[in-house]
Amino acid sequence: MHLFELTIQDAHAKLTAGEISSLELTRAMLERIQAVEPKVDAFISVDEEGALKQAAECDKRIAAGDTTPLTGIPVGIKDLMCTSGMRTTCGSRILDNFVPPYDATVITRLRAAGAVIIGKLNMDEFAMGSSTEHSSIKATRNPWDLDRIPGGSSGGSAAAVSADMCMGALGSDTGGSIRQPASHCSVVGMKPTYGRVSRFGLVAFASSLDQIGPLTKCVFDNAVMMNAIAGYDPADSTSVPKPVPDYTSYLSQGLEGMTVGIPEEYAALEGLDPDVSAAVENAKKVIQDRGAACVDVSLPNTEHVVAVYYVIAPCEASSNLARYDGVRYGFRDAESADLMDMYKHTRTGGFGAEVQRRIIIGTYCLSAGYYDAYYGKASQVRTLIRNDFERAFETCDVILAPVAPTPAFKIGENKEDPLKMYLSDIFTLSANLAGIPGMSVPCGFSKKGLPIGLQLLGKHFDEGSLLKVAYNFEQATDFYKQKPKL
Amino acid sequence: MKITKEEIEHVAHLARLELDAEAIERFAGQIGAILAYVDKLKQVDTEGIAPTSHAISLTNAFREDEVHVHLEPEQSLANAPEKEDGTFLVPRIIK
Repeated sequence: MHLFELTIQDAHAKLTAGEISSLELTRAMLERIQAVEPKVDAFISVDEEGALKQAAECDKRIAAGDTTPLTGIPVGIKDLMCTSGMRTTCGSRILDNFVPPYDATVITRLRAAGAVIIGKLNMDEFAMGSSTEHSSIKATRNPWDLDRIPGGSSGGSAAAVSADMCMGALGSDTGGSIRQPASHCSVVGMKPTYGRVSRFGLVAFASSLDQIGPLTKCVFDNAVMMNAIAGYDPADSTSVPKPVPDYTSYLSQGLEGMTVGIPEEYAALEGLDPDVSAAVENAKKVIQDRGAACVDVSLPNTEHVVAVYYVIAPCEASSNLARYDGVRYGFRDAESADLMDMYKHTRTGGFGAEVQRRIIIGTYCLSAGYYDAYYGKASQVRTLIRNDFERAFETCDVILAPVAPTPAFKIGENKEDPLKMYLSDIFTLSANLAGIPGMSVPCGFSKKGLPIGLQLLGKHFDEGSLLKVAYNFEQATDFYKQKPKL
Repeated sequence: MKITKEEIEHVAHLARLELDAEAIERFAGQIGAILAYVDKLKQVDTEGIAPTSHAISLTNAFREDEVHVHLEPEQSLANAPEKEDGTFLVPRIIK
């Protein structure tokens, strides 16, 4: 087995036993990046020098016995989390030259744990998209089929973990942007409860929906990364001051006494691929065999989820992205002599088509005379969606669902039809609207050999139950052990 | 839901974007389709339902009023497209 193929769990054991050093591990990762990155295009930047320096520091820490489960482990970061002194582009021309003067809180936490930050990962511009085709820099390819999208917007994160170019990665999820690419690339992805992980230093897309979470090769690794990043942060007033459990402690528990809810509305949805539906059905059986009971639950407002999201998210985005005006950082159109022209030329030249489309939708919905009809109405229906989950969780502990209605589509297939792309987010959006945690875990392959993910949704702050079900499922199957041929 | 080219132009101005004729045409079609889809929310009965702006509501996120370490002025200005004497420079505002 190559070093780059190790899980975080196995690498940690070898590091602390003195079998390998972090320098060796980091070099192996960098060589792997050199070998497969030209095919996958997952990274926006690779910090070879910085990574080797961090790895040498980690080896000293390990020798001194000062280790955490992440010490010396090379990880990648979606390129919308600020890394001090390291370019952070958000996949956008408007931030192409932006070098943050500070670290995001999640980066501070990873550094404190001793993780080696190996590079920054590609994404749809400002995290708007489900395919990573909307990056201003390049399109990332799915390691399982290079003609297909890796999902998005954290497509670089999912592809890099799947292709063994980093041992784990951070992504962000506003409407499925961790879970959907995890599903398409056969890795484990967690979107934590809103407020569980600090958003300080995360470039904002839709502030009431955004949440940072880990993408990893297996469930254990996911719990380890959650342990490192979760917790209250005084610098983020929406982070919740609640104690953080040891997420790995849930993994040894069985599923006896647990109840899993199956939403009636999901099976009836149009466009659900039969291979996806069969894989999820099989997962349900496996979970039942491990001792969980299944009940039907109802989420009657499912049909409104996409409409609510595609009002609220663009509204928040249009407000958040007003800050890119060419004054303090980022791209400026230097030709304009007049301030208004400078604003307009900077923003029109700096933002890509999908971002401009969403800014216009959001501005329209928030403009005088339309606010109540769109944003006000959507916020009320959002309450109904949240209430649906509260009611469902009265009779079950975890909800089981598909992640995406189909396996990964071909690059270019949906690029000119935004509404079609939005509709494919149906299963993931509601977790962000309701603020609940959601997870994607590999659950099979289509007839064409494309990965399929199983989604688990839980109660607020109950990431533990998701990890428990996911771990039990993983132990009973071997999907996560299968690797793309690169 | 039909959205006119004039409306797109007006909203683009509010958002400080300058679209060419081709982009206005394309956006009018795409955004019209998206808004037509979103319009189905009007059918939902939301009488007496309070809006949700945040799924996890916190009130009064207070902190102690203490002095912290913050960025030095030169760090704050490091990414400025144009700067002078510790300030951000912009094109002339008053003619």
